[in-house]
Amino acid sequence: MSGIRQKKAERIQEGGPKGIRDTSIDEARLRAFLAHAWQTPKGLYGWLATVDHKLIGRRYVVTAFLFFIFAGLSALAMRFQLAAPEAGRIGPDLYNQLFTMHGTTMMFLFAVPVMEAFAVYLVPLMIGTRNVAFPRLNAFSYWIYVSGGMMIWIAFAFNTGADAGWFSYVPLAGPDYGIGKRPDFWAQMVTYTEVSALAVAVEIIATVFKQRAPGMTLDRIPLYVWSVLVTAFVILFAMPAVMVSSTMLILDRLVATKFFDSAAGGDVLLWQHLFWFFGHPEVYIIFIPATGFVSAILPTFVRRPVFGYLGIVLSLIAIGFLSFGLWVHHMFATGLPQLGESFFTASSMMIAIPSGIQIFCWIATIWGGKPIFATPLLFVLGFIFTFVIGGLTGVMVASVPLDLQVHDTYFVVAHFHYVLVGGAVFPLLGAVYYWFPKVTGRLLSERLGHWNFWFIFVGFNLTFFPMHILGLQGMPRRVYTYPLESGWGSVNLFISLSSLVLFAGFALFFLNMLLSLRNGHLAGDNPWGASTLEWAATSPPPSYNFPHLPVVTHRDPLWAEPDTLPVIEGLRVDAREVVGGTVADAVPQLRVPSADNSIWPLLSAIAVGGTFFASIYTPWAVVWGAIPVSIGFICWFWPKGEPEDEE
Amino acid sequence: MKKRPVVDVSHLPTYDFGAASPMWWGTLAFIALEAAGFALAIGTYFYLAVLAQHWPIAAPAPDLAPGTAILIILLASIVPNHIVDRWARQHNLQKVRGGMVIMTIAGIVPLIVRIWEFPALHISWDQNAYGSIVWFLLSLHTSHLLTDVGDTIVLAVLMFTQKGKAGRRLSDVSDNVFYWDFVVASWVVLYLVIYWTPRM
Repeated sequence: MSGIRQKKAERIQEGGPKGIRDTSIDEARLRAFLAHAWQTPKGLYGWLATVDHKLIGRRYVVTAFLFFIFAGLSALAMRFQLAAPEAGRIGPDLYNQLFTMHGTTMMFLFAVPVMEAFAVYLVPLMIGTRNVAFPRLNAFSYWIYVSGGMMIWIAFAFNTGADAGWFSYVPLAGPDYGIGKRPDFWAQMVTYTEVSALAVAVEIIATVFKQRAPGMTLDRIPLYVWSVLVTAFVILFAMPAVMVSSTMLILDRLVATKFFDSAAGGDVLLWQHLFWFFGHPEVYIIFIPATGFVSAILPTFVRRPVFGYLGIVLSLIAIGFLSFGLWVHHMFATGLPQLGESFFTASSMMIAIPSGIQIFCWIATIWGGKPIFATPLLFVLGFIFTFVIGGLTGVMVASVPLDLQVHDTYFVVAHFHYVLVGGAVFPLLGAVYYWFPKVTGRLLSERLGHWNFWFIFVGFNLTFFPMHILGLQGMPRRVYTYPLESGWGSVNLFISLSSLVLFAGFALFFLNMLLSLRNGHLAGDNPWGASTLEWAATSPPPSYNFPHLPVVTHRDPLWAEPDTLPVIEGLRVDAREVVGGTVADAVPQLRVPSADNSIWPLLSAIAVGGTFFASIYTPWAVVWGAIPVSIGFICWFWPKGEPEDEE
Repeated sequence: MKKRPVVDVSHLPTYDFGAASPMWWGTLAFIALEAAGFALAIGTYFYLAVLAQHWPIAAPAPDLAPGTAILIILLASIVPNHIVDRWARQHNLQKVRGGMVIMTIAGIVPLIVRIWEFPALHISWDQNAYGSIVWFLLSLHTSHLLTDVGDTIVLAVLMFTQKGKAGRRLSDVSDNVFYWDFVVASWVVLYLVIYWTPRM
């Protein structure tokens, strides 16, 4: 790089390195400089313009849980209707909207965003840097996500809620049968949330590849960070499928293309292939980070390093790859060639191998440690129990003959709730208990936590286990009622009552958070005695995360050196700067300037969101919307005299 | 917790080219996800082609002329594109400015030719599934062309201002070169699919 060398020589001639560095500066001044450089301005402008990954991550988590509450209440409404046979509390049209909004919200507006939200908050802290690689893209992704979510729920409030199921099959959602603009809102909501998810995936990949603390070689990356890295790659290759298909759906409805019109050479199964090419990896987009939570929480509460680090990393990568080879098992009932079905049965069973390796590694970790049964560990143990049941029924429905029997019945509803709630929500709740003190500076109440766990664990199993039986008895999913003679009434009543226990468990969860925010015990930096870098920051961490960026010499850095933190020197403190390193060995290469606060990600998101929204009604929106979108992006990227541009 | 300084980074530069730069990885990630989108759209093309009794459905094969002209222009643009990259890496701002103007033209010309390319398909998007997918593929590539030409124009203007003198902008130019290669490469594949599959 002769050019760079020449530039450097010019700089030295001009009087040495620019800016104020963190070398030989006392701690108080260092913190004052950093706080100024990394601050989020007070007031509304600061709230809208911030690019602090912690503020955005927190906002993401809160928003995702709000959507979770909406989706949960829709489920309660459905249970109210199903509690008795031939009940007339909710009519079929509203019921269709309720189950569609429930599934759509849980998958697109809760599960994926909440997992990404944790990554946005935690990854920079866990790898020892000050922000994600593209902070403004991160802010943009949040605004796009929240506007997509609000759009579909406002549409629901106006009786235009999506009603064709969370996978919106054609022809039901197509131009011939889709009612009004309902499927269009669904399809555009997908576009918003996928743009947002893809943006986060890109920034996570670049952050983990380039901004790890010096010394954090590939085999020292915390397992949670590995899990979100693999997830980001799965998002990168899976989400375009649903963007392509939902765009085709909206085109079929808006400008009369014929992608799914079999009378004009199109094909309805094309929708299913494209959707499930995304839809199955989607399950792993939710599940893989959850396994990362487990691998982060377990070692802390059994007081020993995780067993089989390499095995777990390879399993994560294997699951990432294999997740793309399973999509047809959602389509066994569509009459595909049997040879193809056998292939997908085999690959569906194959993914149980890396999943099993992870579970055995966790069991070995518990076996070799001294468990402390705090709430995060309870949720992890609840996860292992529940997920194993969901995994076993998964192996069952991977088999074509059995799948044909239980397809579209409550057996499948039970199976995927065991996998998704057991596999992802339990670890997520454990993760909330685990990292809440880092985020807020206060511990959640352990007493309420235990009650919370048992209510949810018992309530969940009582609600969903009987659904296996209902499914085997033949009760189809997505029916708004059932006849008295079916004999399903008492089990349904039992399920509906049990769902109140589950509901109470979640109410305790939110209550605990609200109470502890105000009255929780002060946490200190490392209340659990954990080993990873985020616990070296104060609780809550300052805007710049660490006064000196850390250096890593061990896979469990805070256990290897509990009292001393090896650190970097030489970074600017009067401007936003982080360290960029090599991908494999994290050897420092650059002092990378990090983007400052900006209102333009929000304004660009409004322009993009407005364009998406208007395109539900007219294709010309894409043409006219391009103008504000371009203005937004140009103003976003146009340099505004940041101090680091001097170099 | 006590601090123990072990690494000094004060001598490191603030930007570099290629894989050393986080922005390069961001660009690569965007290329990967867009390539996934192209691959799925191409997959859809062949899926529909396999289902159809005759392909193309109720239409002649598209005229070769406009698409081939774009292919030639895009392939030829790789040469100035990489010369601009070399100049950027040499920090030769004057030459980079000229090069960016050339690349702006190299981006606009295929967009103009594309005006004739849509009619050359000899089918409308709403006639049948074949029409829908070829319009979809062509529009997908056009949106990429438009985006990158827009990016090139903004960057070209930037290079003529004071802000263009910052070294980091040259790294941005280099990433723009990288993305243009993707726009060209994706057209090579799409061209073969759209124009030569119906002739096979």
